[in-house]
Amino acid sequence: MNIDLQARSIEPLRHTYAHVAKYIGGDKPASRYQEATMGAQPATNFHYRPTWDPAHELFDATRSDIVLADWYVLKDPRQFYYASWTMTRARQQDAVESNYQFVDSRGLAAMIPDDVRAQALAVLLPLRHAAWGANMNNASICAYGYGTAFTAPAMFHAMDNLGVAQYLTRLGLTLAEPEALDAGKQAWLNDPRWQVLRRYVEDSFVVQDPFELFVAQNLALDGLLYPLVYGRFVDDHIALKGGTAVAMLTAFMPEWHEESARWVDAVVKTAAAESDANRALLRQWTKQWAERAQAALAPVAELALGEAGLVALDEARSQLDARCAKAGVAG
Amino acid sequence: MSNVFIAFQHNEESRPVIDAIVADNPNAVLVHSPGLVKIDAPNSLTIKRATIEEQTGRPYDLQQIHVNLVTLSGHIDEDDDQLTLSWKH
Repeated sequence: MNIDLQARSIEPLRHTYAHVAKYIGGDKPASRYQEATMGAQPATNFHYRPTWDPAHELFDATRSDIVLADWYVLKDPRQFYYASWTMTRARQQDAVESNYQFVDSRGLAAMIPDDVRAQALAVLLPLRHAAWGANMNNASICAYGYGTAFTAPAMFHAMDNLGVAQYLTRLGLTLAEPEALDAGKQAWLNDPRWQVLRRYVEDSFVVQDPFELFVAQNLALDGLLYPLVYGRFVDDHIALKGGTAVAMLTAFMPEWHEESARWVDAVVKTAAAESDANRALLRQWTKQWAERAQAALAPVAELALGEAGLVALDEARSQLDARCAKAGVAG
Repeated sequence: MSNVFIAFQHNEESRPVIDAIVADNPNAVLVHSPGLVKIDAPNSLTIKRATIEEQTGRPYDLQQIHVNLVTLSGHIDEDDDQLTLSWKH
């Protein structure tokens, strides 16, 4: 008996789905990002209005004052869909895990001078609660926003913020006892220096417009917080005083902030470019929330860096303003 | 004058690499066979990391091509930013 093996090439009749082809301009091979995003937003034939918001449909672009002819224009330059996002974050997690082993095996945590350790914990641990707030807000943007291109990366961003909160918790448990986490929470709830930021976060929970919330959380607040805390405080201050281990254990945060800033800027820039009305609205939100965020972070900057803190915060604000100018939304 | 060639597995990971090669090498010719994409070019072919990053939208380590690289021919000149195949006949 003779078995004849041959390789046959079976060509697909179409290169991609019709609802994707409609957006990418014809029957071309589509990337996984395009197939996961384009045409995925439910847009019609909703069976009922939400009982908790009968003025809107289940998915309703009018929950935001931003108007776009096609919400799929808000593409993510990182082209993250679930698989590529998960794999990227898994690699970053491996790197941080490796850093934890390095710090652990050489006893670097114990070698941090006590006052430097205490200062790092005092500034970083209450930020667990701010990161949790960012998780809530991005989940809210995903829930009430319209357009898969806009809401899917918001959910990834929400999980990333949860990761930041968990890394800060783990940092606390590595540098100190579990009581340090309680102390951080007490500071968040009661210490006057944290109350302005806490009010900012808690007020943001009731912002109704998902796009305004995007600006308030991801652009205005995080745009100041991350360069200030992880750039000026951890890298330029704590690391130079014997706290390099802290920089190693929080390595994810500045790296992630820089990567996700590309997404945040692209979304804001695209929305602003669409119409004068959008641009005016985004400029107003950016100015208003950046002012508030700077005021909220002022006592935190002083706690972290003393007098130099306010200078550092001003510099962070200048950098944020430059970012916003490039995106077309400078106030 | 001979062709240099490079062949990749035909999957989602190699797609931006192949798109970048086609963009940077106007004389390159693609040949598809089941599961494989072979790119022939007369004399030389260059893969640039920057062009791949334009396709992917994220940082790309040029060494990542090896995960899906099947075979190649030509003299190799390689650094962090580019890989060039060439013949000197």
